Amino acid sequence: MQIQEVSKIAKDGLWTNNQALVALLGLCPLLAVSNTVINALGLGIATTLVLIASNVTVSLIRNWVRNELRIPIFVLIIASFVTTVGLLMNAYLHELYNVLGIFIPLIVTNCAIIARAESFASKNTPAKSLLDGLFMGLGFTAVLVLLGMMREILGQGTLFSQAHLMFGPSFQGLQLTIIEDYRGFIFAILPPGAFLGLGLMIALKKYIDMRIESRKNLQSQQPVTQPLV
Amino acid sequence: MNNLFKNMLIGGAALTAFAFISSLIVAVTNESTKQQIATNEREALLRSLNVLIPHDLYDNDLYNDTAALYSPKLLGSKNPVTVYRARKNQVPVAAIINSIAPDGYNGEIRLLIAILANGTLAGVRVVGHKETPGLGDAIEARRSDWIKTFNERSLSNPLPEKWRVKKDGGEFDQFTGATITPRAIVKAVFNTLKYYAVHREELFNTTPPPLISRETPYADPRS
Repeated sequence: MQIQEVSKIAKDGLWTNNQALVALLGLCPLLAVSNTVINALGLGIATTLVLIASNVTVSLIRNWVRNELRIPIFVLIIASFVTTVGLLMNAYLHELYNVLGIFIPLIVTNCAIIARAESFASKNTPAKSLLDGLFMGLGFTAVLVLLGMMREILGQGTLFSQAHLMFGPSFQGLQLTIIEDYRGFIFAILPPGAFLGLGLMIALKKYIDMRIESRKNLQSQQPVTQPLV
Repeated sequence: MNNLFKNMLIGGAALTAFAFISSLIVAVTNESTKQQIATNEREALLRSLNVLIPHDLYDNDLYNDTAALYSPKLLGSKNPVTVYRARKNQVPVAAIINSIAPDGYNGEIRLLIAILANGTLAGVRVVGHKETPGLGDAIEARRSDWIKTFNERSLSNPLPEKWRVKKDGGEFDQFTGATITPRAIVKAVFNTLKYYAVHREELFNTTPPPLISRETPYADPRS
């Protein structure tokens, strides 16, 4: 695999086709679980693991699955991995599992996973599919974490609260209190605030894309040649 | 026609094969994590129980010395409610009742109410709720100290007429902007105390039932 192929897959997953900001998939868990950074990180990593596992598996069997059966089989694969990840989290990250609650099994409804299985993994090699799963997952996690930071600071005035849920008791003191004695902006904690936050992020991304585009146009402006009469 | 049938058969076989493999993976993971998950849940519950009744107060198997209490009116559920019984040298020391406050703002609130042998409250903790974040969720021990105002209360402290929120003429604080939530909890704690006063004897004497549904704590109540 060439480095250009890898960087194209990476760029797609992290920016150009970011599942949360461009494809707008997986918004239900995104909005519900991004109320703190640690929750966002937990769900993001779980989703990335499922994405990688399902992409690789779908890619491995892509030549043996009949066309009419591919959707049920993809769903089977994704559901099995989500259940497995859920069980593993319940066993080894029990407190975080309890906090995330119903959103771990709900990873199965994240359309980004079946979208990648259908549009990429079923048509590419396992190695590429693994990378695609990884970068799509990282892109999704990045949006989750950024939104989580915004909502946690605005909603609670802290950052990294409850870090021990994910990283163990030694991380208990990781919480940063950004705003002292903060009464809390409840709108940021509830789903409507998440919607607005996501909307702002999408707008920001488009703005950045526009700026990059216009700078590229400026640089490549050629003098117009007169057609020969 | 034969071709179509053959295709269907192969398709069905393929689906079955995949279903079998997926189920196998899930079953294997389930088996290998079962122990750890049971341990986790047991530890989490024990931690919640020990926050209310510390280790040194009892010497029995608190987790398993349970009974099922049935009182829809006083304990808040039409299903039997678990009580964890603490004893020292066979003498009853405390009972932790997993009551429910049915009239929370957004549904039922699940509680662990610890009552000492003499009828005094050792403490109360919320183990499950759907109240509004930032408003009603001040009932959680990690959000505010409100729930600790129940420590050392009893049916005579305050007197029965004072077992309400201040807005209703009682002695318990409510939250600014959220009265329904604390009101529901004060009522549930009062009702549980009343139940305990009447049923104390049989509560400690019934043998544990064979199987009982366990409460999985909502969050770790750090005191």
